[in-house]
Amino acid sequence: MAENDVVVIAERVVGGHPDVTFELLGKAKEIASALGGEVHCLVVGSPEGHECLGASDHLHLVEGEHLWPYNPHAWESAVSALLTQIKPRLVLASTGTVGIDLCGALAAQSGSMLASYVVDLSVEGSTLMAVAQLYGGKLMAECDLGDGPAFVTAIPGSFASQATRVDGVANATSHAHEAAEVRMRHVALTEPEKTGVDITSEELLVSVGRGIGSQSNIDLAQELAEVLGAGLSASRPVIDQGWLPKAHQVGKSGKKVKPKIYLALGISGAPEHLEGMRQAELIIACNTDATAPIFEVAHYGTTADLFDLVPEILDLIGG
Amino acid sequence: MLLAVVETRKIFGGTTHLERVFFYLLALVVLVVFFAGLGLRVKKYMAGRPLDASRFRRARVPLEKPGVSAPVPLTQTGVDIAANRTVSRRNHAVGGAHLLLFWGFLGLLAATIIVGLDYDVYGNLTRIFGGKELSFFKGWFYLGYNAIFDTAGLAAIVGAVWLAVRRIRDTKSSVALDYTRAQKPRSGYSRAAMTAGDHLFIFGLILILFTGILLQGLRIDAAGFPSFERWTWLGYLVGSGFGALGLHGSAAGTAHFWLWWVHILMALAFVAYLPFSKALHMISAPANLAVRDPGNTRRLPSPPSGHAGYQDFADFTSKELLGFDACTKCGRCHSVCPARTGGAPLSPRDLILDLRQYADRKRGIPMVLDWEERPDQSGPKNLEGRLAGEVIEPATLWSCTTCMACVEICPVGIEHVPTIVSLRRSLVDAGEMDPTLQAALENIATQGNSFGKSSRMRARWTKGLDIPIPDARKEEVEYLWFLGDFASFDERLQEISRTLARVLTANGISFGILYEDERNAGNDVRRAGEEGLFEMLVEKNMEAFSKASFKKIFTTDPHSFNTLRNEYPAYGLDKPVMHYSELLASLISEGRVSLAGLDKKVTYHDPCYLGRYNRIFDAPRSVITSAGCELVEMPRNRTNSFCCGAGGGRIWMDDSVLAERPSANRIREAAELDVGYFVVACPKDYAMFSDAVKSTGNEDRMKVVDIVELFAEASGELALAGAASEEAPES
Amino acid sequence: MKIVVAMRQIADLVEELEVDASGADIDREFVKFVSNEWDEAALEEALCLKEAHGGEVVVVGVDDVDFDQTLFGALAKGADRAVKLDCGFEGWMPTAVRAEILARWLREESFDLVLTGVQAADDLDGQLAGVLGARLGLPHAAVVVGLEPDGSGFKVTQELGGGVTLTSHATGPLVLGIQAARQAPRYVPISRIRQAMSAGGIEVVEVEAPSARAPKVTRLFAPEAKGRAEMLGDKPSEVAARIVELIRAKGVSVS
Repeated sequence: MAENDVVVIAERVVGGHPDVTFELLGKAKEIASALGGEVHCLVVGSPEGHECLGASDHLHLVEGEHLWPYNPHAWESAVSALLTQIKPRLVLASTGTVGIDLCGALAAQSGSMLASYVVDLSVEGSTLMAVAQLYGGKLMAECDLGDGPAFVTAIPGSFASQATRVDGVANATSHAHEAAEVRMRHVALTEPEKTGVDITSEELLVSVGRGIGSQSNIDLAQELAEVLGAGLSASRPVIDQGWLPKAHQVGKSGKKVKPKIYLALGISGAPEHLEGMRQAELIIACNTDATAPIFEVAHYGTTADLFDLVPEILDLIGG
Repeated sequence: MLLAVVETRKIFGGTTHLERVFFYLLALVVLVVFFAGLGLRVKKYMAGRPLDASRFRRARVPLEKPGVSAPVPLTQTGVDIAANRTVSRRNHAVGGAHLLLFWGFLGLLAATIIVGLDYDVYGNLTRIFGGKELSFFKGWFYLGYNAIFDTAGLAAIVGAVWLAVRRIRDTKSSVALDYTRAQKPRSGYSRAAMTAGDHLFIFGLILILFTGILLQGLRIDAAGFPSFERWTWLGYLVGSGFGALGLHGSAAGTAHFWLWWVHILMALAFVAYLPFSKALHMISAPANLAVRDPGNTRRLPSPPSGHAGYQDFADFTSKELLGFDACTKCGRCHSVCPARTGGAPLSPRDLILDLRQYADRKRGIPMVLDWEERPDQSGPKNLEGRLAGEVIEPATLWSCTTCMACVEICPVGIEHVPTIVSLRRSLVDAGEMDPTLQAALENIATQGNSFGKSSRMRARWTKGLDIPIPDARKEEVEYLWFLGDFASFDERLQEISRTLARVLTANGISFGILYEDERNAGNDVRRAGEEGLFEMLVEKNMEAFSKASFKKIFTTDPHSFNTLRNEYPAYGLDKPVMHYSELLASLISEGRVSLAGLDKKVTYHDPCYLGRYNRIFDAPRSVITSAGCELVEMPRNRTNSFCCGAGGGRIWMDDSVLAERPSANRIREAAELDVGYFVVACPKDYAMFSDAVKSTGNEDRMKVVDIVELFAEASGELALAGAASEEAPES
Repeated sequence: MKIVVAMRQIADLVEELEVDASGADIDREFVKFVSNEWDEAALEEALCLKEAHGGEVVVVGVDDVDFDQTLFGALAKGADRAVKLDCGFEGWMPTAVRAEILARWLREESFDLVLTGVQAADDLDGQLAGVLGARLGLPHAAVVVGLEPDGSGFKVTQELGGGVTLTSHATGPLVLGIQAARQAPRYVPISRIRQAMSAGGIEVVEVEAPSARAPKVTRLFAPEAKGRAEMLGDKPSEVAARIVELIRAKGVSVS
């Protein structure tokens, strides 16, 4: 095992492998080739669906008691054991629950460098350079991770994921892991209720944020959605207020959507929200604050008041 | 025995000794009940906190007006009571009827006292000490007495019948007389007893008055119409009526005997009933008017020591408890309240009635037909529950806009707003509030503004100006301009702030601002019930004032104006505080600026905190008319102006539960006038009404403008932008 | 049950953050520092647990600008103790250093739970819960949205993204990164904070600042406005027309 290898932790906890894993694999290949190392991918718990992870040079399938469904404590010990064997230069995961659970602790245990919220990563000479998004996306930090082992958790959507969904695995190794002491046991894994609402299948989404102001104003957005034949979605503040059910949430803790058109009304564009919608084909944002981050990802924007704009649209299409 | 030739009459209706004993025993019992009832009430008031005397020791505010911001002098209270001025305000018909009843009743009370003095005091004294019972109830005295008090009787009857007819006739059509609660208890409720009590009171009174007049007629009829009784003109007339109906002599005497007992028993019953019913207002209302202090609402009292807000019965002041007892359920507060009008679960009347019932139940004071009934122990029946939160629902307390319309119109001088704020303080102390209000308070606590913007951004609005705005902390200025949050941070209002800055600069006014040191003044923070944060803001602003050099303050925001002018002096502010409308008006009156005629038809909305609170009605109007605008008043103007719904922290709360926002209600009122402009002098009004013009679909007909925009346009500073100015109706 | 809540200060994100002369940190001079919002959620969860099940809530953190305000706020809300670890450090503290300071103090304390915010806006070198958990050798979990004592330990619910939640049973003590408490953080009136201030009661512990490996920030900068939206203006009728046009052009059928 080479000291210039790069490890990607596959973060599948339910369903198929998430996009971010492929994004990381793509970046891992780039870094590994710059360093002259190889790419390892760790699949912990269930090997199901691992065939598409062919972009890695080495695939490690770890199985054992307590490892499936996801168990942060057991995964940590399993990954830790494997990393001790691989001794990689760089470990990549996402700044999501699994990445946060594992990387901070593993880096601390091994005395490695760790950078979070990374959106760009490169090799300069012998050192790793990362760019992290801090302060709610307001500032970027370019940082030097040195020439020793490092952990990086990246913000999903930061690296292109095309062409890394490769079928067929050459080098798959199976590992059995036995945890010494298990202090966390699985109780339940709950998937979102099937409410009949499926915002991920809509071609057109009308999405509302904090700027909608109150529950009664949701009706206005609802009316627009109905007239447009669109789905109605929302950002976290709207869901937290209980103005719409959880099934309508777009973003990190909600759904990831890729509609043809995403009409964002009163959404400021927190990084967690952008993560869930930035892949929409056409994004039109309406927010009275001209400096709102949503305008960074939107294709078209307006600072008109949504309460003026929506009735105008309704008039135009004869709602 | 009395001689017929002496002009007098027999006082006692009965004849036997037994009857006499019975009467006096009964009268004694009645008096015991009456004074015991009054005693219970007075003891209840004494159980409350004494008036906050420190309020009177604080530095007096310049321009403090008695009856507006200072206690009403007793002489004026006397005149107010004697002329029923508070009752006739905005309703002269009811006021006139009440005045007739008021003076008629007082006359009859005097008549009864005179008779008692003669018969029971003078008569007995002369019998015991002189050996012979004497009476002054004869001769010219008797004749004059009858002539005067017959008139009083007629006045009382006319007044009472008028009021009774109006009550019966208008119960369905009048909002004020509709006893439906604004806040509906889950368990249901009944106010049938209250309605019955109202009827018992007015019809009982009419019966007593009426039988009194009938008695006179019967007596004169039975006596064969002695000619001197013509002085008893009403009785003589009624007696003639009996005569014409064929009732004479001993038959009339018998009728008189029985009717006398009926009348006397009713009258005695009324005396006993008085302290336990609506009739109590005859005593409590004038008493409450005498201790009222309108300054109390403009300058809120501090919380009771040891409690952040009102938590139990003992936290109420004596004055508040007296005020609860003064309420006659007239419903004037109920009809003017913007919260109630908009469908919010608050009616000032319901609140006072609930608190009265709660206080009376707490003290074990029974009421006769004056309580609301509920099947469960909720609301005012919940004697163990939290006062703010259970006895009075949080939603009720949060609905208040503190517009003071209720305090203004209350004919008996109840001060609802300070009580509501005192109760809100307990909710805030328990952290029980709308999440949006919580966010606003947290923003104000950290950054000093409700917008959640950095305090360093406060003067960002000046960026779009080509003129520098002096920093009052660095150079000496005449006026310190205190903008408030909306004028500083709301994008729509920033442009108006810039207009005002240009106008003042162009007219050579020396002014400066505090830049990032200005904090929210705290008027609405205090009225939302966050007293600690208010005090913190006062400290911060006072510290900023101390760093600056200026002679006077003027504000954009009427809310900031109110607290700076009325509340900050207690914390050491000793500079005059003005509103920018006064500054603009003074530029005009001093001839420093000449305005061109704008030829616009406009209406003007009095901001609550400028008009009703601080009696500034004419300054903004003079700006409007001097700019050549034709001013058409809305039906509700000046002290009767209708709140936009933003005050008292409401602007930070969700108002989507309202059936109709007060601002929309107001715009509909203005839309009736066929004017092109809705003129405001308050940043919050600008924000609220700009929205309401849109939501009511009046966008094309009416444009919301600030007085300084009119001023600027008329002085050639800039033209009013926007399509509405061209499309505005001519004339 | 003894719950330790680790809290910290963070630059108020409503501020316009500027980069200081070094180019590698924010200009801390004029920025308002406030309590980390996720730490407030952790505190709220701790207070709710205490109210429901009894116990003690101890708030602890490394001293920073206006940290006393946060501690007094926590005391006013109902925390039993507030501890300030003073190491004389100024500036941008790496999570690794913060975790080590806290770990040293925690090793001397007994506790059932350590709660902290799932993240902070500047925790470049990792989120505190995991790092601290590793230093203490305790099980830990991040993005926690549910927490209930359950016999021998706790039932911990984590959000895994996409609306999926995971509930595990853990035997204490453990360290959790709280994403959201069972209710929004309560409001604490200023008068109560002032009472807490006049009562004093912050325990100050002098500690040494350890060194730790953390990424070296070479440049801090505002993101370029790349891919900025094409602005359609702000006149509602015109914007509406453009939007309808855009939607139609995209081939999405609009009735």
